[in-house]
Amino acid sequence: MKIEGKVWRYGNNIDTDVIIPARYLNTFDPAELAKHCMVDIDETFAANVKAGDVMVGGKNFGCGSSREHAPVAIKASGIPVVIAASFARIFYRNGINIGLPLLEIGDDVEKISANDVLKIDTDTGTIENLTTGDIFHAHPLPDFVQKIADAGGLINYIKSKK
Amino acid sequence: MAMTMSEKILARHAGLETVEAGQLVICDLDLVMANDVTGPPSIKEFEKIGRPVFDAEKIALIPDHFQPAKDIKSADLAKIMRDFARKNNIKHYYEQGRVGIEHVILPEFGIVAPGMLIIGADSHTCTYGAVNAFSTGVGTTDLAVGLATGKAWFKVPEAINVHLTGKKPKNICGKDVILTLIGKIGVDGALYKALEFTGEGVAELSMTDRLTISNMAIEAGAKAGVFPFDDVAELYISRRVKKSFNPAAADEGAKYSSTVEINLSELKPVVALPHLPENVKPVDELGEIKINQVVIGSCTNGRLEDLGIAAGILRGKKVHPDVRCIIIPGSQEIYKEAVRCHWIDIFIDAGCVVSCPTCGPCLGGYMGILSAGERCVSTTNRNFRGRMGHVDSEVYLASPFVAAASAITGKISTPEEVIGNEN
Repeated sequence: MKIEGKVWRYGNNIDTDVIIPARYLNTFDPAELAKHCMVDIDETFAANVKAGDVMVGGKNFGCGSSREHAPVAIKASGIPVVIAASFARIFYRNGINIGLPLLEIGDDVEKISANDVLKIDTDTGTIENLTTGDIFHAHPLPDFVQKIADAGGLINYIKSKK
Repeated sequence: MAMTMSEKILARHAGLETVEAGQLVICDLDLVMANDVTGPPSIKEFEKIGRPVFDAEKIALIPDHFQPAKDIKSADLAKIMRDFARKNNIKHYYEQGRVGIEHVILPEFGIVAPGMLIIGADSHTCTYGAVNAFSTGVGTTDLAVGLATGKAWFKVPEAINVHLTGKKPKNICGKDVILTLIGKIGVDGALYKALEFTGEGVAELSMTDRLTISNMAIEAGAKAGVFPFDDVAELYISRRVKKSFNPAAADEGAKYSSTVEINLSELKPVVALPHLPENVKPVDELGEIKINQVVIGSCTNGRLEDLGIAAGILRGKKVHPDVRCIIIPGSQEIYKEAVRCHWIDIFIDAGCVVSCPTCGPCLGGYMGILSAGERCVSTTNRNFRGRMGHVDSEVYLASPFVAAASAITGKISTPEEVIGNEN
């Protein structure tokens, strides 16, 4: 997938409670979850995010609860890919499993700022910061995990194995 | 090849002689667990796969988060899970009045046992490491695939050796051990890794201490927090587990990515300040921090021993006039035993609220939501921004010793401030 989008930039240890607070977990409807995505740290996000925008975080992105509602809310907001220095383990699995590409780039994330425009090829993991001219390469997925990502998520992968 | 406890359990369940850190394996699961928040979306995903459940006896569906239902939408979630459990004859489904907090009742009912491999759609599924299981949190989709296939893929984690020495001082419990550890290594200090607890200090820790410690392994980013199976564990397990089991011991020469030393005798009562569990400070260095609420309960500290600690401090005392103190037994058995011990009398006489078992306020569900600017000392596991209510409220994580003492003084306090050096 090739993406060109504007950056929503967040810091380290963005937890799933701020991605989607538990007070909204009495539903699992993606559109409803998207209305409240990031509200506790960024009230402007849900109202202003445009389909194709990109979310960029620091280290340990998605820490905390196992709620898959978090990557679902991000994806349903129109964000096609999340980039971070590192991802928390459960969030990482959940993202891959629902077909939301997650690109881990370590300290290079410091060279991406809010509102930069990134050109991303999720198949090769290449990220070009069109605002600064920097080019980054995401850490590759293990082969088996790449197959899940290529299938568009774990459910599609399992169904294809029947 | 020498293996850690985690490697050994994963190898057995992958049908392999040995595995090593970094290897990807597909494993057979002994138990697949979800709650009323994560179960319903998992069921929806499960239905897309179009297969029956892999084994109705190896699935646990626990309505504990927003139940007894806090609102209509939560009642709808509970109904989805209840209907699914009935239709599929799920063995470990428990209704209100029989249910408790998932990570409290699964060990209490003897459903989790040493050597088991468990996934749960709840990040605190790592709790069962205390009984020598390899047990980890997953999301909705992994859980759905687990329900259908009884399998999950794992990257075999490196392990950090948490080497415990020394004697546990009085007024210190498992919460101080795990908060001190998270303070040392940080909220991503064990990211993608397992914590394995070793050393003669392990024998100092009760099963309640261990369940608290393993429960919060995830707050250091860990995949699991595994204790060895020793005499303390055997005594606990022998009263509860009715099936055969196969504990896993680390081999001599097992490889650890690093070692963290904790001398229990040096521990002091600590709290984790807002808004991360790694912001750990000794209580006696805090100065005066006034509070509005205390919560004693949760999958971290809602066990009988925790309530006993709180009762010991609150006996004959009153909750500070500016404080609401909410006590939540983790299970019906614990609640009943606390009644029998007259601890519930102590709590009510002191002016506490006593609730039925529920996750409730821990995740800002209900039963103790904070208003803007309010502060809570809580025995729960997370103090993220907005976790217990308003985005401008604050949660301080602490042991039941510190929580109960703080309820009396109205500020964050050491137990010694209230009970001196008695008990």
